Amino acid sequence: MPTRVLIPSGVLGLGFDRAALARGVTMQPDIIAIDGGSTDSGPFSLGAGQSKYARAATKSEWADIMAARRAARVPLVIGTAGTCGADATVDWMADITAEIAAETGERVKIAKLYSGQPADRVARALKEGRVQPLTPAPEITSEVLATMTNIVALAGAEQIQAALATGADIVIAGRTTDTAIIAALPLSRGENPGACWHGAKIGECGALCSTNPTSGVILIDFDSDGFTVEPLAEGAACTPHSVSAHMLYENADPFLLYEPGGHLDVRAARYTALDARRVRVEGSVWVPGPYTVKLEGARVAGYQTTILAVLRDPHYVAHARDWVVRLTGFLHETIRHRMRLPPEAYGLEFRLIGVDAALGMLENQAGAPVEVGVLGIVTASSQAQAAEIGKLINPFVLHYPLTDDEELPTFAFPYSPATTDRGALYEFALNHVMRLDDPMEAFRLEGETLGEKVPHAEAR
Amino acid sequence: MPKLAELVVKVRSKNAGPFWVTVDVFCGDAATFSRIAAALDTAAVAALYDQPAQLLKRFDIIDLNVIKFSFPRPVVQGSAEDRDMHGAQWAHLMAEFEIA
Repeated sequence: MPTRVLIPSGVLGLGFDRAALARGVTMQPDIIAIDGGSTDSGPFSLGAGQSKYARAATKSEWADIMAARRAARVPLVIGTAGTCGADATVDWMADITAEIAAETGERVKIAKLYSGQPADRVARALKEGRVQPLTPAPEITSEVLATMTNIVALAGAEQIQAALATGADIVIAGRTTDTAIIAALPLSRGENPGACWHGAKIGECGALCSTNPTSGVILIDFDSDGFTVEPLAEGAACTPHSVSAHMLYENADPFLLYEPGGHLDVRAARYTALDARRVRVEGSVWVPGPYTVKLEGARVAGYQTTILAVLRDPHYVAHARDWVVRLTGFLHETIRHRMRLPPEAYGLEFRLIGVDAALGMLENQAGAPVEVGVLGIVTASSQAQAAEIGKLINPFVLHYPLTDDEELPTFAFPYSPATTDRGALYEFALNHVMRLDDPMEAFRLEGETLGEKVPHAEAR
Repeated sequence: MPKLAELVVKVRSKNAGPFWVTVDVFCGDAATFSRIAAALDTAAVAALYDQPAQLLKRFDIIDLNVIKFSFPRPVVQGSAEDRDMHGAQWAHLMAEFEIA
C-alpha cells in the first residue's frame, strides 16, 4: 500500500483551487500537509515573530483545510506556521485553529511543535563545537546570539513523526524544512527514503511542479520504489519536464538537498510520464549523515526612516547623481553640527529610482529617464534618532540646489509628512547548522484538545 | 552581438535562502543549449555579479536544456544594503549579457 499525501498548496495564505481539494479528499489520502512559511520575504517575519500573511486570509484557507481533514478523517500538518515558525507564530496559528474549532463545534486534538531556540542553548552548543558555519556565514559569538530576537532550528521528519505519534488530528509545527512535513509519514511507514525526500521537494510548492502553478493542489503516492505525482485541478498536468525542472527552483544545487540526518541525491533519478497528467519518479537516493539541524536567527540592525522625492526638472534629472553626492556631503556636515553625530554613527543613503535603484553598483545600463525618484534611507541606533535625522534632512531633500549660484528648486514630495518611520530593520544573523544527539533535544511538543489543556507529551 | 534573452526561452533569478541567489537559463532546445553553454564564460558571469569565480557554482543540465548558476548573494537578503528582497531582478543582468 503506498502512502498518499495530499498537498493543498505551496503555502497557506496564497489561495488554492477548492474543487481540486475536494477531489483530493475523495481520493482517500493518508495525511494532508501544507507549508506555512518561507524566508523569502526577508528577515522581518522572524525578527518580529509575526506572520507576513493577513490573519483573515490564513483563517479562511485554514478553515477550508480543517474541513477537508474532518471529511478525510486523517491527520493534518502545517510546517513553519506563521511564515517564520517562531514560537509566537505557532501560538498565533493555534489561536486561529481554536477559533475555527469553536465556530464549527469541532473537537480536535492538536499538537504544537516548537522550534524556537533559547540563545544560551545555541551558545552552549557553539562552545562545545556542535555549531558549524555554512557558506557564507555571519560571525557569531555568545554575545551576538544574545542579541537575536528569534532563533529557530529547522525540524526534520523525526520531530514531525513525534508530533504525529501523539495521535494529534492537527500538528501545528514551528520552523521545519519545507520537505519534512511531506516526507515524515511515508518515511515512518518504510517507503523508499530517497523517494520520500525527493517527492517532498517536488511537492513542497504545491502545483508549481505542474503546468498550472496557481491551482495549488497536488497528490503524491510514495511507495517502496519511488513516487507518483499528480495535480488535482481540472486541466493541470505534471510532465517529466515540469517535475524535474522544479529541482531548480529556489535551490542552489539542483541535485543535492541537505536535510536533518543526511542528504538527498537525485542525479540518478528517472522521470517517466504515466499518462498525460501523472509522473513517476524512481532512482533518487537518500544518503544518511550526521544529525544536524539548520539554524535561522534574526536581530535588530538599526531603525529606519525614509523619504521619497521625485525629480522632474530635466536639469536635475540629467544630473541626479551629482546632486545626490553634493546633497549627501552637505547633510553629513549639517547632521554633525546640529546633532553632534559623526557620519559613522548612522547610515544615510539615496537610491535613484529610474537610474540604478534595483541593481546599484552592478547596473551596467544607462538611459535618459523622464523623472528620477530619490529614495532616502536613514538607518540609526534608535527610531527617535532616525526620525530626527529624517526631519533634519527633509527641507534640503526638497530644496537643495545643484550649484551655489542657482535658484532653490522644489521637488515633488508624494505625501505629507514626507518622512516615514519604518521601525526596526532586522537582519538574518545565522547561516549555521547545529548537531544534535537526539532529534527532539532542541524541540518541544505540547498537546491540547479543544481549549482544555491536556499535556500528553513531555517537554524535553 | 545578440543578447542572451533574444536567444533563449527564459532567464530567471531567485533567492536560494537568505545567503544565496540562483540564476536559471532555460535554453529551450539542445542546439541553443550547446551554443549558450559554450558561449557563457563562467568567469565573465562571476564578474557580472562581482563575485569571485571560485564561489560560483555552475550546472549544465543537458536533460532540461538549462544552465544554472548559483552564488552567494552580493549582499545578504534584507540587510541595509539590499536593494532586491527576492533577488528576481538580477536575472536581467544575465538576460542582457551579449553572446558571441
